[in-house]
Amino acid sequence: MTETVSTTRTERATRRLKQRYRAERRFKLYGQISIAIALGFLALLVVSIGSQAISAFSNHKVSFDLTLAPETVAPNGPGDTEAIAENVSGFYELVREDLLEAFPAASQSRALETELYGLVTRLATIPMARQTADNPGRLGETVTYRAVLSDDLDLYLKGAVMDEQRMRLSAVAAIDPLEASPAGATRFALTTEASLQQLITALEDAGAQDRGLSTLVQAGPAVAKLEDVTPGRLTAQLYAGRAEDFRGAVPTVRILGLPETERNMTDHQIAWTLSLKDQGRIQRGLNWALLTNADSTYPEIAGVLAAIVGSVFTMLVTASIAIPVGVGAAIYLEEFAPKSRLTGIIEVNINNLAAVPSIVFGLLGAAVFLNVFGFPRSAPLVGGLVLGLLTLPTIIIASRAALRAVPPSIRDAALGVGASRTQAVFHHVLPLAAPGILTGAIIGMARALGETAPLLLIGMVAFVAEVPAGPADEATALPVLVFKWSTGAERAWEPNTAAAIVVLLTFMVMMNAVAVLLRRRFERRW
Amino acid sequence: MMGREMLQAFAHLPMGWLAFAVLVAGGCLSFLSGRTAAAQFRGAKGLNSQPNYHGYYLAMWTVVPAAITLIAYAIFGSGVTRSLLTGDLPDGFASLDPNALSQYLDRVREASSLDPASWSGEPVFAAITQRFLTLTGAVKAAGLGLALVAGLAGFAFARRKISSDFRARKQVENGLQWLLFICAGIAIATTLGIVVSLFFESLRFFSQIPVFSFLFGLEWNAQTEVDFGAVPLFFGTFVISLIAMCVAAPIGLYSAIYLSEYASPRSRAWIKPLLEVLAGIPTVVYGFFAILVVAPLIQDFSGWLNALPFIPDGTFSGSDKNALAAGLVMGVMIIPFVSSLSDDVINAVPQTLRDGAFAMGATKSETVKQVVMPAALPGVIAALLLAVSRAIGETMIVVMAAGQRPQLTADPTSEITTITVQIVALLTGDSEFDSPKTLSAFALGFSLFVLTLFFNLIAMRVVNRFREKYD
Amino acid sequence: MTSMTEAPAAIAQTDPEAAKVRCENIDVFYDDKQAIFDISMDIPARAVTAFIGPSGCGKSTFLRCINRMNDTIESARVEGRIVIDGENVNSEHVDPVLLRSQVGMVFQKPNPFPKSIFDNIAYGPRIHGLAQSKEELDEIVETSLTRAGLWEEVKDRLPSPGTGLSGGQQQRLCIARAIAVSPEVILMDEPCSALDPIATAKIEELIDELRERYCIVIITHSMQQAARVSQKTAFFHLGKLIEFGETETVFTNPSDDRTQDYITGRFG
Repeated sequence: MTETVSTTRTERATRRLKQRYRAERRFKLYGQISIAIALGFLALLVVSIGSQAISAFSNHKVSFDLTLAPETVAPNGPGDTEAIAENVSGFYELVREDLLEAFPAASQSRALETELYGLVTRLATIPMARQTADNPGRLGETVTYRAVLSDDLDLYLKGAVMDEQRMRLSAVAAIDPLEASPAGATRFALTTEASLQQLITALEDAGAQDRGLSTLVQAGPAVAKLEDVTPGRLTAQLYAGRAEDFRGAVPTVRILGLPETERNMTDHQIAWTLSLKDQGRIQRGLNWALLTNADSTYPEIAGVLAAIVGSVFTMLVTASIAIPVGVGAAIYLEEFAPKSRLTGIIEVNINNLAAVPSIVFGLLGAAVFLNVFGFPRSAPLVGGLVLGLLTLPTIIIASRAALRAVPPSIRDAALGVGASRTQAVFHHVLPLAAPGILTGAIIGMARALGETAPLLLIGMVAFVAEVPAGPADEATALPVLVFKWSTGAERAWEPNTAAAIVVLLTFMVMMNAVAVLLRRRFERRW
Repeated sequence: MMGREMLQAFAHLPMGWLAFAVLVAGGCLSFLSGRTAAAQFRGAKGLNSQPNYHGYYLAMWTVVPAAITLIAYAIFGSGVTRSLLTGDLPDGFASLDPNALSQYLDRVREASSLDPASWSGEPVFAAITQRFLTLTGAVKAAGLGLALVAGLAGFAFARRKISSDFRARKQVENGLQWLLFICAGIAIATTLGIVVSLFFESLRFFSQIPVFSFLFGLEWNAQTEVDFGAVPLFFGTFVISLIAMCVAAPIGLYSAIYLSEYASPRSRAWIKPLLEVLAGIPTVVYGFFAILVVAPLIQDFSGWLNALPFIPDGTFSGSDKNALAAGLVMGVMIIPFVSSLSDDVINAVPQTLRDGAFAMGATKSETVKQVVMPAALPGVIAALLLAVSRAIGETMIVVMAAGQRPQLTADPTSEITTITVQIVALLTGDSEFDSPKTLSAFALGFSLFVLTLFFNLIAMRVVNRFREKYD
Repeated sequence: MTSMTEAPAAIAQTDPEAAKVRCENIDVFYDDKQAIFDISMDIPARAVTAFIGPSGCGKSTFLRCINRMNDTIESARVEGRIVIDGENVNSEHVDPVLLRSQVGMVFQKPNPFPKSIFDNIAYGPRIHGLAQSKEELDEIVETSLTRAGLWEEVKDRLPSPGTGLSGGQQQRLCIARAIAVSPEVILMDEPCSALDPIATAKIEELIDELRERYCIVIITHSMQQAARVSQKTAFFHLGKLIEFGETETVFTNPSDDRTQDYITGRFG
């Protein structure tokens, strides 16, 4: 014995002890690193999606002063407001005319005209058609309407498309027209007060020549594309506005970070957009359409409303299946079931069912509800049924836990005064377990709200541009919309998807908050 | 025919609401009738049950038979209508093959809910649609009528029983227990539904494609219905689950150990719910995160790796959808499954074991490594198995981030596909239920079900053993 | 007010010594394990009968046979006859629910429903339809609480939750709840074991008063309590009834050595 006591004091033992403590610290550090990684991922996820979403919640709109000529706008006369509301092509014609008026030079070629009209999609005129239909008195008058800017240009203005190097030149000393049309110079040369050395260096640094980058020169509403620059002299092709605007101005130069071929907008379109922005005709505002519109093939006018309504119908069906059946099953198993083989099987089966991959429920829905029963495809009714079965085990398990938490003395007390077993359960145990059951049910429903895979298999991915009116109509759901938008080819779908995710998560957070509040409010410790 | 128009008008009635209204009204009326009848016994010696229970008893006997009839209508109604209509079809249709006939009838059904103006163009079609409407109305009327009769019969039967010494409460409670039992039975029915539907659809698939070539074939080209060798899919599922577990197992386990053994109650109260948030985020969000953030990073990373001098160019393909991105993100998603289950298990290890180790002079980490973990091992293994099963069955992350190309490759930065991805790819979009393409999705689903069931059962068994040991 | 007075009054007229509950050859099994061996005894109508014996001797099991609370335990099986008012309550024809309205029970730990004091008492009368009107119900509640000696303490806070009372008050509330359905027999399973001495004294006092109207059976581990409140005492040991007789006799001059040993504290 004395030997062991003394060895703890030897140098070797002290060294060993130090080692052991190092191991201890290391072990603890591993734990901290693990948690940091997990929470770091969570933070990264929230930040990356949140920052994308913020961009989608605002957008740029172009204002137009339109003279609502009745013959263009109201095909069946001012009485037929429905025809006005649906007359998208009539309004689009007005918008195109207005654009062409602003940039008459675009009429020189068909291709250029098409590019100009690309600033606003046809369907973006739906709101102005509806507003006119609501106020037929505006016919014949000149009204200011706003329409959403095309998604790519919107992203460009938000700075999300490419790097852009911006610099101010010194004031223009002289302007020398090179080519001209009746309206004025279309190609010109500038000399500025200082030399243009800074610009030349910047262009060289960016490799503008080799990479084929475009450079735009802007002075107020006038925008021109840089053709050549030598110390002290710069030649440019006018794209928007008048060359006169450069006289005496301090032009801004933008070196666009991507060559024209690698982006979805042309130099002309950017020039027009910049010009409109300078004229105050493009303004950034909240993108309400994202919440109030149904899905669309154009990201700038697509919204989540139809998907929200679809999700609501789906959840209603899910809740009306899963909650009563789940609670009923839990009551049976917890309060009435004899301890027999059958109950044992049911128990194992429910635990297993809770761990079956959700996509298998989708297969069940496709095979049984669609194929055998002949229910309609893409309907919230079927989606709700499938999600109901999927949520069932979760609700059963939560309800059983809540029922088990009610102490047996309550049952004894009720039985002791002569209540029947059923009365004891329904008068005393169930009310006491209700908050717990409800909490579990809400959390289960929140889970179901985020389920995507089973809905894909029963056809809820179909493109639905109308808000469904009932659970048997074609519809899509929020998470499915997220999936669909995320596969969209255009860049603008990315922020839109993030925004749809934010909407989805908002609903889930609200449901979970209700559950937490319920638990806090009614939690009972026995 | 008398009342043809009436029947056709009947055909358009919303049966669901109608049935609901009939049931509610029947229930209320019979309840009131029963309660009034029993109220007169009040005060009589030995009234066995409260009047309300007599009311419930009558309502039960009225509603249940009517509801059963209506459910039977809901299931068989359209089938009956269809076979009646088939019997009435003109002779020419007899020679039609069953598939074409069923498509024709589908068209009739669709047209019947539209404006008659849209189909009155073709006389034969219009006549058949008219006939269909009449029959639908007739079947509907018959269904409702039968439900009424059944409800009334039940009512009459039960009404005679009401007397002062009738044990209505007992009867009602028995009925209620049956209802609850049926609720529990639905869970069983769901499992049966899954097993039966997957099994039979798979059988149909294997009647066209040999099992052997499905399980061991190396080529998968289901979209073109050429090759149905599922090995590349099994391989992809395996690779991605492996990557996911490489992330989730260490992080989840160390988190659980830290939380249960080291963290102060205050930090635990914050960290645990935050970790569980990871489990609450919909997988479609993870999928988007994978393609938005992780996949581009991996593309850059594989480009960097390829540029290293000792790695041959093009070793890592770094495609925009890749196994690594899907696996990593899935791993993050699974962390809370591993951590919270392991946490429970570690907490279940009795304090006395720890005290014993501490008393001998062990440090905390030694106690954890040498005493707590060995004791908790079965539970931890179960947690990992459940996590694997979760990874195998996960769909959205892989659909969005892993890609569609079935290939056997060791390069984790290349595109890969899994069982679940293929099921989604095969079953989205309209497709006939008889083609081997669609059926192969069910065969895949069946293998997925069996695979996950295997892991779940083992895990549950291990957990139960563990519980028995320490409870 | 027929319901409240009638039944106890009927008891009050009978001979206090007459058997109210007659148990004949009771055996109880848990699965295959026998817990009670062939017990027969007559429990007198207007008296307090105490069951004493070491833990696990089967007192509770036997007590729970009388109102068939053992039905709620899956594995339990009861054989033999328990006759109350000429009817074998252990037969299949007897509805345990109705039986329990005649045989009330008070449990070891006070277990009021988490409802108001009023609703705790009113629950039994409501499910059994004992009151035709709100006034009658009020009267039942008041009578029951008065009999349980709780009325003065709680009459101003009937709507407040029963779980807010002190332990002794809660137990008296449970007794009042048992009385409210006007039972003829009241079973008490160690009603004072969770209470302090003062609350215990109050309950004992109450039991003594209730003896006038009800047949009371009480399980207790306290010899003093058994001696104080009971007129008859039964001693159980290992599932068998060892001795049953006048309390005084059992305590002063037991006929069985085991009783002697237990009472003097040599085992148990």
